[in-house]
Amino acid sequence: MKKFIEGSYAMAEAAKLCRPGVIAAYPITPQTHIVENLSQFIADGELDAKSVNVESEHSAASCVLGAQAAGARSFTCSSSQGLILMSEVLFCIAGMRLPVMLVCANRALSAPINIWNDHQDSIAVRDAGWIQLYAENNQEAVDLIIASHKIAEDPKVMLPAMVCVDGFILTHGMEVVDMPDQKDVDNFLPAYDPPYKLDVDNPMSFGLLGTPDVYQETRYAIQKTLEDVLGMIPEVGKEFGDKFGRDSLRLVEEYKTTDAETILVAMGSVCGTIKDVVDREREKGNKVGLLKIVSYRPFPKEVVKSALKSAKHVGIIDKDISLGSDGALYSEIKSLLPSDQKVSGFIAGLGGRDIKLNSVENIIKMAREEENSCKFVDLNKDILWDKFKTI
Amino acid sequence: MNKQHLEENYYVCGHTACAGCGQSMAVRIVMNAAGKNTIVTNATGCLEVFSTKAPESAFGVPWIHSLFENAAALASGVETALAYQGKKENINVIAQAGDGGTADIGLQALSGMLERGHDALFVCYDNEAYMNTGIQRSGSTPFNASTTTSPSGKISAGNPRPKKPMVEICAAHHIPYSATSSVANPKDIEIKVKKALKIKGPKYLQIHVPCPLGWRIDSSKTIEVAKLAVSTGLYPLVEYEYGKLAKSRKISSPKPVSEYLKAQGRFRHLLKNEEALAGVQKVADKNIEYYGLK
Repeated sequence: MKKFIEGSYAMAEAAKLCRPGVIAAYPITPQTHIVENLSQFIADGELDAKSVNVESEHSAASCVLGAQAAGARSFTCSSSQGLILMSEVLFCIAGMRLPVMLVCANRALSAPINIWNDHQDSIAVRDAGWIQLYAENNQEAVDLIIASHKIAEDPKVMLPAMVCVDGFILTHGMEVVDMPDQKDVDNFLPAYDPPYKLDVDNPMSFGLLGTPDVYQETRYAIQKTLEDVLGMIPEVGKEFGDKFGRDSLRLVEEYKTTDAETILVAMGSVCGTIKDVVDREREKGNKVGLLKIVSYRPFPKEVVKSALKSAKHVGIIDKDISLGSDGALYSEIKSLLPSDQKVSGFIAGLGGRDIKLNSVENIIKMAREEENSCKFVDLNKDILWDKFKTI
Repeated sequence: MNKQHLEENYYVCGHTACAGCGQSMAVRIVMNAAGKNTIVTNATGCLEVFSTKAPESAFGVPWIHSLFENAAALASGVETALAYQGKKENINVIAQAGDGGTADIGLQALSGMLERGHDALFVCYDNEAYMNTGIQRSGSTPFNASTTTSPSGKISAGNPRPKKPMVEICAAHHIPYSATSSVANPKDIEIKVKKALKIKGPKYLQIHVPCPLGWRIDSSKTIEVAKLAVSTGLYPLVEYEYGKLAKSRKISSPKPVSEYLKAQGRFRHLLKNEEALAGVQKVADKNIEYYGLK
């Protein structure tokens, strides 16, 4: 049913439709509305789940780790410092092959403290072994939450999934969202029936000491599984599409790229703005396109390579930076493309700085001109540290 | 290891604990007292390292470890999942950690588990320092003990602070049961574990477990030294119920603390330092008075 609702409410409803048994989360802006809505569903008897008001994000992640190991589908959500506080546990959840579901309301990292959106938090934990999917809008957020459960919990996968949604821009934005029916979700997503769990009738030990004799193989196994997930995303995406009529679960979205001379690459809500700019440029006769990355982990190298192979100029927009190097998306994609292809990296939208239509227009212009690896967009030179005021 | 041993014990031999490890002895008593219908969450530490090296495990009940500071949060999750599944009535949840995983890095998660009222027992195996990493001082290290990070020296008598009062900290959450025990008295551990598991809600049990390596004692002296800790008044065996001291084990004629200290390398420097020795005797005297041990 189509509803005009807040993003956080839509995401909480999506989580509810997946019938989690245990929810544990700690409040942090801008994630709070999601967990508040879930708590209200439980308080009103609309969701048969147990909620744990933990005393930190570290315990939130630990609590869902324990609950998932005990055989209950478990959900948590966080942002920014919360996700970073969880990070120790996030690596464990993946290493222990537990398909926990997490929604990350993307927010910048301190210092300086900043509650607004960028992708630094989830990018900082990209190596943890989680599936990471980025939503452009609230419809995609809802769809990705539901669809990614199916992949994560597949007995062949058993890895956790993180759906990344831009803080405030999506979480607090009101949009029309087509909420799936419970009956259809039940039909798509069977009850959680893990191949292993903490069970007094079949005692097993979880989280053993991995010596040099075995540790490397555990990492190899996760890597191989994530490679398999690359193949499963389009398959499950099609199944989801057949049932719900939307192709939200996919590796990438190619927007007007077929004949494009300049292709921008980005993730998340900024893709909406970029599509508007692409349409305007097309009206002016400029062959511009967008490659939207949905699945950042696993990263669809071949698909990205093939989508970008005919572009004269590639401009990659990162709402994150590996300080001392480049943006995360840029680093990954640059290494895939031939050295004579013009590929530029742009850092934009950090700490909630708006990426406006003319920011994107400038990026297109710069991508066509000189090649940059790490060009900051929309810098305010008046407030730069003195040493760099001459930039 | 024969079939009978495996069937009768939920923590079996074959692990790689040091000879005379007090913690390992106490774990077997706790596991067997808890029995088959138990799920254990374990903090990182000696116990986890010596009992569950992949692909082997010494545990005969479902057991899970992930990190140092989160045994209580894991237990909170397991207990909640069992409640959701309608299985909690028949299954015990036990979180266990060393004193560092309890009193220091694990304290926040433990307090959360107690405050939220999870039906779980937290067992702290207190060997009074970070033994797994090489005998560093913890919040549970006793006054004037020498560790690698609170060494005695020309101008120091060792750890300058008394033990963190964990049993009181837990009792202050007004939980149904918070108690101490000692590996010197296996029956006492068994009775307290069984008693705790009969009570619904959060429970805390702290067991004194000598570490021959860290305390510099002969591995045959574990029980003897643990007994002296109790009989000198340095390790009072007490039970709190809903925040109030309910019981304490009496010691009719307390032995001087020097009897306990001289048996251990970590206190040897005190035998030549009358003032420091008197300081430890004061700790015992205070315990005897505070807990009414006489």
